[in-house]
Amino acid sequence: MALLDIRDLHASVADIEILKGISLTVNAGEVHAIMGPNGSGKSTLAQVLAGHPAYEVTSGTATLDGADLLDMEAEERAHAGVFLAFQYPVEIPGVTNAYFLRIAYNEIRKARGLDELDPMDFLDLLEEKLKVVEWGPEIMERAVNFGFSGGEKKRNEILQMAVLEPKLAILDETDSGLDIDALRIVAAGVNKLRSAEKAIIVVTHYQRLLDFIIPDYVHVLAGGRIVKSGGKELALELEAKGYEWLTGATEEVTAR
Amino acid sequence: MMTTAALVTPSAARGVVPVPITLPTSKDEEWRFTPLGGLNAFAFQLSERPGTLGGADLTPYRFGHPEWPTVVVVDGRVDLAASHFPALPAGTRLCSLAQAIAEGDTTVAAHLRQHVTPAATPFTALNASLSVDGVFFHVPAGVACSTPVHVIHVATSASAGVTIAPRTLAVIEQGATATLIESFVALDRNGSYFTDACAELVLGENARLEHIRVQRESAAAHHIGFTQVDQQRDSHYRSFVLQLGGKLARHNLHARLNASNIETLLYGLYLTSGEQLVDNHTAIFHNEPHCNSWEVYKGVLTDASRAVFNGKVFVEPVAQKTDAKQTNRNLLLSDTAKVDTKPQLEIFADDVRCTHGATVGKLDELQRYYLQTRGIAGQTAQALLIWAFVAEVMMEITVEPVRAALEATVRERLDRMIA
Repeated sequence: MALLDIRDLHASVADIEILKGISLTVNAGEVHAIMGPNGSGKSTLAQVLAGHPAYEVTSGTATLDGADLLDMEAEERAHAGVFLAFQYPVEIPGVTNAYFLRIAYNEIRKARGLDELDPMDFLDLLEEKLKVVEWGPEIMERAVNFGFSGGEKKRNEILQMAVLEPKLAILDETDSGLDIDALRIVAAGVNKLRSAEKAIIVVTHYQRLLDFIIPDYVHVLAGGRIVKSGGKELALELEAKGYEWLTGATEEVTAR
Repeated sequence: MMTTAALVTPSAARGVVPVPITLPTSKDEEWRFTPLGGLNAFAFQLSERPGTLGGADLTPYRFGHPEWPTVVVVDGRVDLAASHFPALPAGTRLCSLAQAIAEGDTTVAAHLRQHVTPAATPFTALNASLSVDGVFFHVPAGVACSTPVHVIHVATSASAGVTIAPRTLAVIEQGATATLIESFVALDRNGSYFTDACAELVLGENARLEHIRVQRESAAAHHIGFTQVDQQRDSHYRSFVLQLGGKLARHNLHARLNASNIETLLYGLYLTSGEQLVDNHTAIFHNEPHCNSWEVYKGVLTDASRAVFNGKVFVEPVAQKTDAKQTNRNLLLSDTAKVDTKPQLEIFADDVRCTHGATVGKLDELQRYYLQTRGIAGQTAQALLIWAFVAEVMMEITVEPVRAALEATVRERLDRMIA
């Protein structure tokens, strides 16, 4: 069974249809890159999978391990193993990173019928996970994303992903706005989390990230549809030719 | 002018005979959103005598530091047995106000009722008529009083149906530093009484005062407090006001910036539930140039409770280079809670930076969604996000373990508010 199975997914926000029939199958162990011009629906797809309440799925299905993903609340999707690294991570003042991560980790464990990890054991776990993003412990006493630079926020998303160990991680433009050092750290963090049991969907506007995270499959989204799929060589082709040769056919859609 | 002697007129009847008072009405702009009809249930006189305390009654309120200099004021009179007066730095005085007056303390004579005058409001007049005791705290020039001084105002069942009228005078002289904590507590959590409190806080040149005022009156109590701060040049005043209790609670905090290079920081938090009404009125008088004032008050309201905030900032024509910022933010957890918030800036100088902002709203939906995507939902998410909202001001409590203790108190109260 596929880990994630999306069939003919249509979704709207404020009565405007953004996704116009997406079908995509992602198996455990795979890394899929979703590329496309601005406004193509990439971020919408990421948010719809994570359960953003502002997006309305009008038809189609999406299952995770065969379970109906679209029927779940956002937190239930997290409990089931979905993780979205936000394009714009949200600031939570007054709540330390350490506390936030422990609560999240334990809420997910509780939902799966597992015992909560006590604070000391959790600290040990955190210490390991901090290495994934090459951070020292001081970051854990700062409030979640509060006063973080853009690069720090993205790194923090990867740290959260490392701690929560999702089955399906969706990275929504995690590379946008990163300098090359931050990009290297973020990409290395993602690569450390690749495994045969997990799948990663990398949503990106730029081919650059895919020099660091080598995808198994590349899909081009335009006008709310996947207009081309291929292997990692497709990313290079996009780099050389741009999106126009693919999006021309759907011009009436992208012109919105 | 009132004389200080009036405070302890040698008459057994003083304070315990009713004093006539004309209550302000909603037509009075200062009281527009704060109906005072409930005060008619009280006699405007003190209890015949103060109640008695059990040995452990105040333990929960001492922040784990019974060894701190502590003045316990029971039903408006200092209780020497419950108070604790350890040795303080040379020249520093902490004692009963009545005692200081009786001894003819010249500092008291110079300041008492000069800062909070009886004419200020009907309630400062009432306090002047009724009060027989209070607290005097005097730190002489150049002295650093590093240990926090705690004043605990206790209401007992002796004050049922009557008035408690304590008075605090703190004079922090030139170059001196001090920390003053005022707590208002009730032995009977359902006790019905009226607290009419006044505090005069005087800061000399280059003086520093940290002031924490914790109002946890009983659920049926009415509380009206007036705190006047008078600051001289280069002085630094920092206040944290926590309002938790009372059926109706009003606090006026006024700061006069009487010279240049003064810093005034006012932080506040109020949590209201049931049918509580909590009212914070602040006024900052920028009378001279090059002063900074910074004010953040936040409130969390549920049920049918109400909050009132009024923040006045007056900038006189000479007060150029004033830098004043005022913020009032309110979080409504129910559809029936209500806030009346009014920033009121009156600026007569042209080279100043003055800003204000007031918001009334619900929990941030984006934050809530972010938590959901991390598996955190329901009450856990709500508690976390409300904490995120109040943390900005809670982190401004600089005195440990007071901050930690009040954090526990606030978290517990918030948990009950969302349960």
